[in-house]
This record gives sequence, C-alpha cells and structure tokens, in this order.
Amino acid sequence: MSAPLTSLDRPNSYIGRSVPRPNAKRLLAGRGRYVSDLKLPRMLYAAFLRSPHAHAKIVSINIDEARAIEGVHLVATGADLAKICTPWVGTLDHFKGMTSAPQMPLPLDRVVWAGQAVVAVVAESRAIAEDALELIEIDYEDLPVVADLDSARQVGGALVNPGSANNICFRSQLDNGTVDDAFAHAAHVVEEEFSFGRHTAVTLEPRALVADYDPAAGMLTVHHGTQTPYQFQDLYSRHYGIPEARVRVIATDIGGSFGMKLHVYHEDMAVVGLSILLGRPVKYVADRIESFVSDIHARDHRVRARMALDAKGGILAVDVVDLTAIGAFSTFPRTSVVEGNQVIRLIGAPYRFKNYRATLEVIFQNKVQTSQYRAVGHPIACAVTERLVDIAASKIGLDPFAIRAQNVIPDDAYPEISPTGYRFEALSHQTCLKRLHEMMDYDALRAEQADLRKRGVYRGIGIATFVEITNPSPAFYGVGGARISSQDGAIVSLTPSGEVRCLISVTEQGQGTEAIISQIVADQLGLALEHVKVVTGDTEVTPHGGATWACRGAGIGGETALQATRALKRNILEVAALILQAQPSALDIIDGEVVDAVTRKPRLPISEIARIAYFRSDTLPSGTQAQLTVSHHFAPQGYPFAFTNGIQGCALEVDVETGLIKLLKHFIVEDCGRVINPMLVDEQLRGGIVQGLGAALFEECRYSETGQLMNGSLADYLVPMPMEMPDIVIGHVETPTADTELGAKGVGEAGTAAASACVLNAVNDALAPFDATINSVPITPAKVLKALKRF
Amino acid sequence: MKARAFSYFRAATIDQALDAHARAGDDARFIAGGQSLVPALSLRLQAPRLLIDITHIDDLRGVRREGGHLRIGALTRHCEMLSELLIAEFAPLLHAVAPFVAHPAIRNRGTFGGSIALADPASEFPAMTLALDAEIEIAGPSGRRRVRADDFFIDLFETALQPGELIIAVYVPLFKADQRFAFDELARRRGDYALVGCGMLATFAGDRVDDIRISFFSVGNTPTRVKGAEAILIGSRLDAGRIATAQGALEGDLAPPDSDEVPPAMRLHLARVLLGRLLGRLGEGA
Ligand SMILES: Cc1cc2nc3c(=O)[nH]c(=O)nc-3n(C[C@H](O)[C@H](O)[C@H](O)COP(=O)(O)OP(=O)(O)OC[C@H]3O[C@@H](n4cnc5c(N)ncnc54)[C@H](O)[C@@H]3O)c2cc1C
Repeated sequence: MSAPLTSLDRPNSYIGRSVPRPNAKRLLAGRGRYVSDLKLPRMLYAAFLRSPHAHAKIVSINIDEARAIEGVHLVATGADLAKICTPWVGTLDHFKGMTSAPQMPLPLDRVVWAGQAVVAVVAESRAIAEDALELIEIDYEDLPVVADLDSARQVGGALVNPGSANNICFRSQLDNGTVDDAFAHAAHVVEEEFSFGRHTAVTLEPRALVADYDPAAGMLTVHHGTQTPYQFQDLYSRHYGIPEARVRVIATDIGGSFGMKLHVYHEDMAVVGLSILLGRPVKYVADRIESFVSDIHARDHRVRARMALDAKGGILAVDVVDLTAIGAFSTFPRTSVVEGNQVIRLIGAPYRFKNYRATLEVIFQNKVQTSQYRAVGHPIACAVTERLVDIAASKIGLDPFAIRAQNVIPDDAYPEISPTGYRFEALSHQTCLKRLHEMMDYDALRAEQADLRKRGVYRGIGIATFVEITNPSPAFYGVGGARISSQDGAIVSLTPSGEVRCLISVTEQGQGTEAIISQIVADQLGLALEHVKVVTGDTEVTPHGGATWACRGAGIGGETALQATRALKRNILEVAALILQAQPSALDIIDGEVVDAVTRKPRLPISEIARIAYFRSDTLPSGTQAQLTVSHHFAPQGYPFAFTNGIQGCALEVDVETGLIKLLKHFIVEDCGRVINPMLVDEQLRGGIVQGLGAALFEECRYSETGQLMNGSLADYLVPMPMEMPDIVIGHVETPTADTELGAKGVGEAGTAAASACVLNAVNDALAPFDATINSVPITPAKVLKALKRF
Repeated sequence: MKARAFSYFRAATIDQALDAHARAGDDARFIAGGQSLVPALSLRLQAPRLLIDITHIDDLRGVRREGGHLRIGALTRHCEMLSELLIAEFAPLLHAVAPFVAHPAIRNRGTFGGSIALADPASEFPAMTLALDAEIEIAGPSGRRRVRADDFFIDLFETALQPGELIIAVYVPLFKADQRFAFDELARRRGDYALVGCGMLATFAGDRVDDIRISFFSVGNTPTRVKGAEAILIGSRLDAGRIATAQGALEGDLAPPDSDEVPPAMRLHLARVLLGRLLGRLGEGA
C-alpha cells in the first residue's frame, strides 16, 4: 500500500528511513536544557502549602511568622492573586449542559481536594520557602467529603459544590439504530461490569516553570515545561490582562508530558502572578510528592456494557453505561469530559454493527482533577469492547481471532461510518489480524498453553483490536470555543550558506518531533539531513499552532513542513532558473545542488543561490526579489480525524497461588499510515505499550474513604519497570491518509490504547480453567487471588 | 522537597562519633549510606540539627573470620554482600539475599549496619539476622555489648539500640556443611519491598531437620521468626504432609497488619505459599 512519495533509493529520501533523532546525543550527553535546570539572575523560588483535607472551609490563615523569616520575599494567599488574575471555567460549548465551578490560582475560602495548594511562599531558595511553609497556620473546618462514584451519585448525599443540585458535571447519550429490538432478538447476550483505576502520568521531569515578569517592558516571559506554549501564551495573556504579543512562552526540552502538561494547573497560574507581584523571576518545580496530588489523574471509570450477537457470533448491538468520577471541577481548557466522551464513541469502533446506545455520566468528587492523558479514553473503550468480544467468543465457542475476523469492518468496505458516528477513511483490520496471527505463531502458542496447563502452569493468550483517533480538526476543541489551534505553522528559510532552518509550531517532548520534521524538510527540499535545523517551542520565534498532542505532530505538523518546504523549493528554483537561464520546471534539487531535472546533472549548489540572493542581488535581473523564507500554515480538512488501527497480542503466565503475573511477550501490528521514521514509530509503540502495561498490572492512585491519596510516592505507586516488561514485537501495515500529501497519521497513543485490554483478555484466558474472571484494571495479585477464592 | 538546614560532622573514630552524638543529644543522627535517612530528611519526616557521618570510620569496615563467626562490619555495603568472597562462602544466605535488596544504585551506598539499625519490617537483611542467629555488636557511651538478633528487634522501627548507640558489626555463625538455606520473596516488581518474604537456615541430620530457623519479613511490625512452624519441622523429614502442617502453623505465628492493598488473610495465604515453596526447595537440597 505504499504510495509513490517514498522511493528510498533517491538521494535525500528520508521519509520512511530510520535516522537517529538529532537531539538524542545532546540529551544523552547531559546537555538538555530543562526548565528544572534553569537559573535566571535574581530568580526566586516558590513553594506551596497544601490542604491536608479533601474538603474543608478555610476559616483563617495566619502568615505572619512565615513572612518574618529571612529570605522570604512574599507569602501570597488566594485573595492576593485574585486581585490580578481572572477566574477560569473548565467547560466547552459543544458539551451541552456541562457545568464546572470557576477556578482561581489559590482558593479563597474552601479547599476541594487533599493536596490542593492554598498558600504560596516565594523565597531565596526552595528550602527557605519550605521552612516558611512550616510556620503558616491555617484553620480548617471539615466539610463532608465525596470520595467515590457511589457516594457522589447518592441522592441527598454530600455535595462537592455546596449549593449545586447534585454532583453531575456532564451527561451525554448516543442512540443509534434499534438497540432494544436487537437485544430482544439476539441469540447471545453477554454483559459485564468493568472498572478502571485512576492513574497518573509520572513524567521523568515533573511540572516546572519559571515566570519572569519585567514591569519595565510590561513583558511576561514564561519558561514552561509544556507541550502547548501557544495555548499558555493565550491564557496568561487573557487571565493576567497582558497583551498577547507581550507574553512569551518558551518550552525547551521537556522531560516527558504524555498529555499531563497540557492543562492549566493552579500553581502554574499562581507562579505567573507571583512574578508579576514581585517583578522578579519565580521558579516552581513540583516535587514527586506534589506531582502525585496535583498532576492530572486519568481513567477512573466504571462501565456496564452488554453486547448482542447472532447465533454465529455476528455482533448485532452494544449498550453501554459509562460512569466516570473526575475531580472537584473540570480541567481547563480541555475539560475533564473528553475522556468519557471518547470512551462512549470508541466502544465497538473496529466492528461492523448498527445498533449502539451509550450513556455517559461525568461526576464530581473531592479528588485531584482528571483530564487528558496518553490515549484519552481509548484503553477503556478498547478493554470494554475486547472483553465483551472474548466473553462472547468463549460462550459461542469461537476462537478470539475467528470472532474478530468475522466482525471487523472489512478492509475493502471503506469509507465507513461507525455506529457511534465516526467517519473512517480507510482502516486495515483484516490485514492486521492476519499479520498478528503469523507474528505470534498463534497455533503454536495455543499448543504450548494446553501442554503446560496439564502440568499446572497457567499461561494466557490475549488479543485486542483497536482504533485510534489522530490528526484532530477543529471539531475537537475549536468548535467548543477553546482557543486551541488545530492548524500548525512553519517558517522555512534558506540560510546564506545554503542550509535550511525550519521554525515550526509542533513541539518536542522526547518523541522525536524535531527529527521527523527535519526528515521531511530534507527530503522535500533535496538536502542532506545535517543541513536542516528545526526550531520548536518558543512563541516569540515559532509561528502559532496547535503544537504536539493527541497524535498530531507528524500528521499535521509534518504536512505543514512538507508544504512549506515545497514552497521554498519553488522559490529557490525560480531564482536558480533566472541565474541558469532555464525554466524552473526543468530543474530540481538533489543533495543541495540544483540539477537538471531530467539528466540530474549538477548545475549550481543552492549555497551559491543563497550567496547571490543575499549578497549580490545586484547581479539578478532587475525586478527580482528572491523569497528565500517561506511561511506556511496548514489546517486539516476532509475527515475530521484521521483514524488509525491495529491489534495487539500478548502471552503471559499467572501464578495461581500468588496472583503474580509474568508478562512473556507482547505483539503489535499497527497502521499509522505513512511511516516517516520506522525507528521512532517503533519506540513510540513500545513506550506506549509499556504505559498500557503499567495500567494493566501496576498503576493506580488509591484513595481512602476520606479522600486521602494512599500511595502518593514512587515507593507505593508502581510504575512499570524494565524487569517486568516483556519483549515487544512490532509489525506495520501502511494505509496513508489521502487527506494530506504526506499521508501520515498519528502513532503516539496506539501502544497505550490496547495494551491493558490485551493483558486483561490474556489473564482471563489463563484463568479459564478455574471459572474465575477479572474485569478490572490494574490486575493486582489481590484481585487474582480473590477471583480464585484463595483467601 | 528540601531538607531543613543541619550541621555536618565527619567522625574519624567510633569514639568521635559517640562523643559528637552525646553532646548533641536527641538532635543528632548518624548517617551511613543515607539511602533511608536522606529521603526522610528531604521529606522533613526527620529534621536533626546534626548529621554525624560514620562512613570514614575504619573500625566499622571489613569482613573477616573471628572464631566460629564471620564479622561483618556495619559499613559493609549491600553490593559487597555480592562481591565479598568470605560472605559467599560463610554467609551464603546474605549473598543470595542481596540482589533482592533495592536496586544497584541503592545497593552501592546502602549499608548492612544501616539496614539493621533502621529495622524496617519490610527489609530483607534484618530478617536474615534472625534466621542466621546473628549477634549485633553495639558501642555506646557506656561501652560495648553484643545482642542476639532474637533480642534486637522490639517493635516498629524500635530496636535494642539506644539513642546515641552505634552498630559496630554483625557476627554471623559460619555456614556449615550440614546446613542448607533458602530465601525468596513475593514482590510485584523486582527490587520492591516484598508483599511477603522469607529466609531460612536449617541444619540437617541425614534427611531430617535437626534445627531450623525461619524468618519472615513484611508480615508485621518487626521481622518475625515463626517458631510454631519451626517446632513442627525439627526432627522430621520435609515431606508434603509436614510442610502442610508447618504452613498451617503460620496462622498462630503471624498476625499480619491491615493494609489497604494486602488484606491480612491474603498476606497469610502468601506466607503459606512461600513457606511451602521454600521448604520444598530446602528438601531438594536448596
Ligand atoms: C528506592 C529505595 C528502595 C529500597 N529498597 C529496599 C529493599 O528492597 N530492601 C531493603 O532492605 N532496603 C531497601 N532500601 C533501603 C536501603 O537498603 C537502605 O540503605 C538501608 O535500609 C539503610 O542503610 P543506609 O546505610 O543507607 O542507612 P542510612 O540511611 O544512612 O541510615 C538509616 C538509619 O540508620 C541509622 N544508622 C545507620 N548506620 C548506623 C549504625 N552503624 N549504627 C547505628 N545507627 C545507624 C541512621 O542514623 C538512620 O537513622 C531502599 C531504599 C531506597 C531509596
């Protein structure tokens, strides 16, 4: 299925080639420039006193002693910051009826989760600031705590927002076809309740920012470890009333983000205000303990779902109720309801059936906010769908591969619309299924499993098909009123020495955005890769755009770079044509040389064109103005999203006496359209899978009945570690999107989307001889032993 | 988080360290590998005025034979449990356990004495001193003494060590030809503190157990010997029936605490499974 764009035997054909990331060496050599490392002259450090209560009234705050400590420059409360910062509300217009309370950098009179920042101290060192925190006295009056889904939904129960009618943030319904009828006439109905633990991103570098307000220039500069500098430029400008052009956000190297650093955090907003109040740079780096109670969490869903099938195992209908508990308010500006919305829209996505009904209820509780984190909603939708399919398969007596082969939308059936209303341009489920079957050596795995079972060894094999949403159009946020761009911009210039610099709005968080952009630029212009320099992440330098999130860096950013570079190439060839007295169409560029398009004979190095254009324009025909800098914007058109697809498989072993699970091997066949850099795509998949495996077996934010996070440290919150991770075998299918010249879709979330579903299926497969089932992640030893009735 | 400000003193001798502590009183802490103390300082769970660095005291170093014992200096690092030949030969249980203690970076700094002094009930080494019938040598303002491991661990993070006292060394009886040991732990990730862990040392007379000491960790407030189970095994062969009886005895030997993640009944179940597996290995020659 590969299109003619890549012919790897051409010089400078970098699209489709595994080249190392240009920043890898720099980062490995310890030359990264992270905000955490940044020191500015006259810089001060902020620290926050956090609420020990999940819900309480603030009766009084005494800051006198803290203020008196030497080295303390400012102790600020909610009231101080409320004077200079306007509140924000985490709703979007296209989520009809959703509500959320206004938010402020620091609370005025009530705390709504344990860990919420209440008072800020700015001092000459973080240690001094923490000394001062110990001297602040806050008098709280406990309020009733809403600490779980059930109590939150209880009529007449405690309220997260006193005065509101209930704890509901948002409700949504989908109803297509004739669901009741389909269930009434189905040969088989399977039903299950699923639960998904809260987890969080745990980036290597925690949230970090240095806000630097210069009162003389009226200029705010924020060095911010974020994926989306433009979004924050807009927000800092609006909420602090500083003209947009006087707000500069610089996002240099970032130690991981995974969606977590997309959101407005109260401390971050506060730090900007503290810098404005002091007229000095103020730095804040969340430490690990703070991160656990203040970074967004994700997942936390309970889903009741049933599936109707005909006698042969054909899916007829799916009926779903998804309940999800977020924080005390919806996150700004992307909200806390996108996840649930994607859950109900992605359920059943790989399969061809008509009748679908879903109800979503998003509920407030007194915990830290939830929001978008890698593979938003996908793992939940995938686990629900794929468990139901497996349960149905075993009930009907079908092999997991067979029931999927029978039900997936056939590869030749596209375009197709999913029962939830998503429009698919072209997917490749059948090809992927076939490929996975071969890659896993499925029949041999099954034979080995049967053999070992006789000896009391319980292996499980699981597969999970998935669809991923990538390349989002304005349908995602823009239509809801959020000032979050779905377009990207690039500025490409030929330098006086004949190299190319590309300033682009997509950002780099370690996934290799800068690498693929340089590949595209070098490929499209006809230049050696080392002569391309890509610059990202500075609102003063790079053009406005959506930046990197939701799988859009390659698909949208890449297309922007491609079109910008093609325009620059046209301009270069126009000047070359004048110099060489040829037609531009008769010329091409290879390896930095203008060549004859037919014979490929070198005519003139582009460095010579640059020299003439920049320094000897007098030698060009009069009236010629060489345009060796091109700016170009690109917004996705056509399909509102570029869907990708794939399938994962895994083999594992369950120790039925201890409940411990050993992952043996993991497989994925993935179709992200045009692969720009196979190595980076593979590593995206591996990293994504590892995060999904973390969700499957380890990661969960556990709360007490009083809303206290019980395991908020890396000793107790288990992230996946290398010793527990299996080898991951990767296969590719390429179905480029026709919506762009490049044909690339996203790949960053595919690994995470299905890994936990796959493990869940495999664990249930292993437990099949025991009449024990598990429909909840993470799959802890306690859950396994409980299911096996071992204690 | 950042630690509160403190003073620092590097002691060259045991006496210097004890003196400095005596002068500072409750506000001082010895620091060895720092792998437990430094996190506690950073989290401000502890905020002593004075840190007394003991890592430059030669008398706390080294591993050597002394009579029927191996003397393991308090400053012996976890990684040296792996590299020190005398330990591999005469205290092979400790050698086998070391890879389960944390991760390489922590093993490079963490010390045996620090681990015993801290007496974390989830730690491997304190429990092993019980299985090994080790003695702990302590120096304090009123002189030196040796305390049997059996008498050392008193309650949660509470030991026979008085404030201002220093562990000098641990004495482990030399491993003998008629002995076997076994160790394992159940952890969700390699290097984590275990859900349950157990080490045992048995002396055999032919295929009968002449003596056995079995010690669990991560089961309560202190590392715990399971004397009921030991009594059942002493004098008998390690056949399936005996092992099952010993497993049954754990209910009386252990009283696991309530925890939000591992209910007591589950921990007891895991302890039984682990005991069964280890005794099986011991029976096979371990
Ligand atoms: C991420 C991580 C994982 C870990 N995992 C494990 C694990 O799986 N298993 C495990 O057992 N441990 C684990 N540890 C703890 C580690 O083994 C510690 O090093 C050890 O428990 C303490 O030894 P230390 O030399 O570092 O002591 P320090 O941290 O220096 O001191 C600890 C305490 O002991 C006192 N102390 C130290 N030496 C003496 C002495 N000679 N006499 C009297 N008092 C003394 C100190 O005053 C202090 O109160 C882990 C640590 C970390 C950071």
